[in-house]
Amino acid sequence: MDVGTLLTVQLPTLLVVIIGVPAVLAGYIVLGEFLVRRLPDEARPRVRPWLWVGPALAFVGLFLVYPAVGTIIRSLYDKGGGTFVGLRNYASVLSLSDFPSSSSVWIAIRDNAYWLVFYTILALLFGLLLAVLSDRVPYETPVKSLIFMPMAISFTALAVIWRFMFSYQPPGAPQTGTLNAIVTGLFHAQPITWVQDERVNNFALIAAAVWGITGFVMVILSASLKGIPAELLEAARVDGAGEITIFRRVILPLLMPTITVVGTTLVIFALKAFDIVYVMTAGNYHTDVLANAMYKTLYLAQNFANSSAIAVILLIAVIPVLIFNLRQFRAVEARR
Amino acid sequence: MFLTRPLRRAPAFGLLAVLALAACAPGQSTGGGGGGGKIGGTVHVLAVWAGSEQDSFMAVLKPFEDRTGIKVEYESTRDLDATLLTRVQAGNPPEVTGAPSVGTLNKLASQGKLVSLDNIVDMNALKSQYADTWVKLGQGPGGKLYQIFSWAAMKGLVWYNPKSFQAKGYTAPKTWADFTALVSKIKADGTTPLCITLESGAASGWPGSDWIKEIVLSQSGPTVYDNWWQGKQKWTSTEIKQAWQTFGQLMGPGAGNVFGGPNYMVSTNFGDVGTPMFASPPKCYMLNQGSFITDFFVKANPSLKPAQDFTFFTLPPINSSYAGSTVMAGDGFAMTKNTPQSRELIKYLTTAEAQSIWVKRGGKISPNKNVPNSDYPDDISKQVATALGAAKIADFDAGDLMPADMRNAWWGKVLDFVKDQSKLDSILADLDKVQASSSTG
Repeated sequence: MDVGTLLTVQLPTLLVVIIGVPAVLAGYIVLGEFLVRRLPDEARPRVRPWLWVGPALAFVGLFLVYPAVGTIIRSLYDKGGGTFVGLRNYASVLSLSDFPSSSSVWIAIRDNAYWLVFYTILALLFGLLLAVLSDRVPYETPVKSLIFMPMAISFTALAVIWRFMFSYQPPGAPQTGTLNAIVTGLFHAQPITWVQDERVNNFALIAAAVWGITGFVMVILSASLKGIPAELLEAARVDGAGEITIFRRVILPLLMPTITVVGTTLVIFALKAFDIVYVMTAGNYHTDVLANAMYKTLYLAQNFANSSAIAVILLIAVIPVLIFNLRQFRAVEARR
Repeated sequence: MFLTRPLRRAPAFGLLAVLALAACAPGQSTGGGGGGGKIGGTVHVLAVWAGSEQDSFMAVLKPFEDRTGIKVEYESTRDLDATLLTRVQAGNPPEVTGAPSVGTLNKLASQGKLVSLDNIVDMNALKSQYADTWVKLGQGPGGKLYQIFSWAAMKGLVWYNPKSFQAKGYTAPKTWADFTALVSKIKADGTTPLCITLESGAASGWPGSDWIKEIVLSQSGPTVYDNWWQGKQKWTSTEIKQAWQTFGQLMGPGAGNVFGGPNYMVSTNFGDVGTPMFASPPKCYMLNQGSFITDFFVKANPSLKPAQDFTFFTLPPINSSYAGSTVMAGDGFAMTKNTPQSRELIKYLTTAEAQSIWVKRGGKISPNKNVPNSDYPDDISKQVATALGAAKIADFDAGDLMPADMRNAWWGKVLDFVKDQSKLDSILADLDKVQASSSTG
């Protein structure tokens, strides 16, 4: 980095960001408020919220709504973008003649379904188990910190780590992968190609992802667990309920709203799965997911029509979950 | 991707941040340097080389940086096509891109996203220093020059350890029949004859595709080969299917002729292919890989001496009328942004001076006639350079010529084929579908 660029370009830019941005922001508020005050009394409460929410709306509109609408429109045109073809891109992406083939979007949909079910359920199960159990031990904080740690690792790094964990050497050779070392050393079985074997690879990928997210689930459920009044549990114990009954009849129902919100968030994560698949298999060996299929269609095939169609399919899959999640979130907030 | 992201809480100053960012957009331009012929400034280069290959490329750039005062910012990616296309579409291309696929370059050129090099490099010098093939390969739509080649790799070289061959009384085969007989003999002697490893991240499978393209060229000739990469010859056609079958027969049922079988093949990195061959006793005796692989041999095992511990024979011709055919690959450079710095770099990379640096470090062959044979560091690379010069039918890597989605689908299907050869018909039918959709782009 030469000094000239630093002085003439980068430093002024930094100044603009540090001083200019807050200045313009303050200017917007002052000017806005100034104008709002000049309005008649009854109009003010109607206009003021829009003044404050305006920049956020513009931001979301520009970077989310506009491109989303653009993608939907693009998905209805042919490859070149000139001819309207209706739903033909969807028909070509979801062509039934491709049904069993690995290059088809159907494999991606099947694998997304695996992710949806197993990733969500396993992460919730482990998170809940760890939250409830760690609540009962004196060394709760170190345990929770340790389990939360994978959250700090990017998905890409996580995938690289797990590739080493899953690494394979032929039978007889020393196994360099942790899992195959256990399989051959402890169980005296043949090593398994975790990432390439179509019987296990989707679950291997999902397991890596679950390892990464369990800490997050645990922390949220744990926080909610702390919110349950001790008197309530005491009362249940006095009434003669066993610990398992208390968990089933008292703790679980009270945690349910949080579990639902976390669960739906996990479902969205599962539908968005990309990084781990891209790094570990690039979608080969029948592990493709929709996001990766979209990526390949967009950047390798440069087929904007079909990739837009896949994007819209993903969007349609996510929308009901999003709505449910927002409703649930509001319900939880309302209960507070 | 933006579609699935949960609604973001936009900070109120977001819009203003955008305005601020717009203010720093011209930040890419760099001021001119001082006197003494130094241009100064920076040039961004995107290419695939990492690790020891990156070290060699940096060594090539060193004299250029010292002389011109231009700093080269190098970025490496194995997923070059996707990275390049993203950057180009975002309006932020690197100035120079190294070794992209010809298919991708042609696509960019037809979109007007590449700088034509006709007025930048000295065409007369280029034509006098390079064989016609290389100049033609660099020409894209409209006959304009879009790519210059600094290095080449020769494919279809079968590497073996002469010491272990001698110990067992094996000799390098001259004909395809001899080759398959040798494979059977080694197998009968109780060792797996071949080593093939296919893992390469998002590009996994490509070493297997090398086998297939070499077989197509030497079995069915250049006409079929050219029609095939141009999308005019179907994957399900007799010739292409036959090439896959030949590859399958070589690997044997369940890939029994290959060390480690399908599991090891698909899960081991292409660079580690030689490790079992140099084990004692050897676990395999032959491997087919481009001339660059010697670099990996020596890096993994520094005690190995070229010619003494490893040497090669060219993959024997299957059909005698196509004897002397070879598949080659080139490391080309294209200019994605025209700046004084990138012009200097492109000019420099066409020179024998620049190319010799990597040639001397090993692993590369130069297509430039001005690079003397004495620059090659050992007998093996001298032999490769001679073999490339002597090739009667030299055709460029079919995978690099195909559209990127076709090529990637092929790589993926190689993995499926290695795991289960009985699926060949459905594999080829799938590839036909990709061929049909990618050629109508």
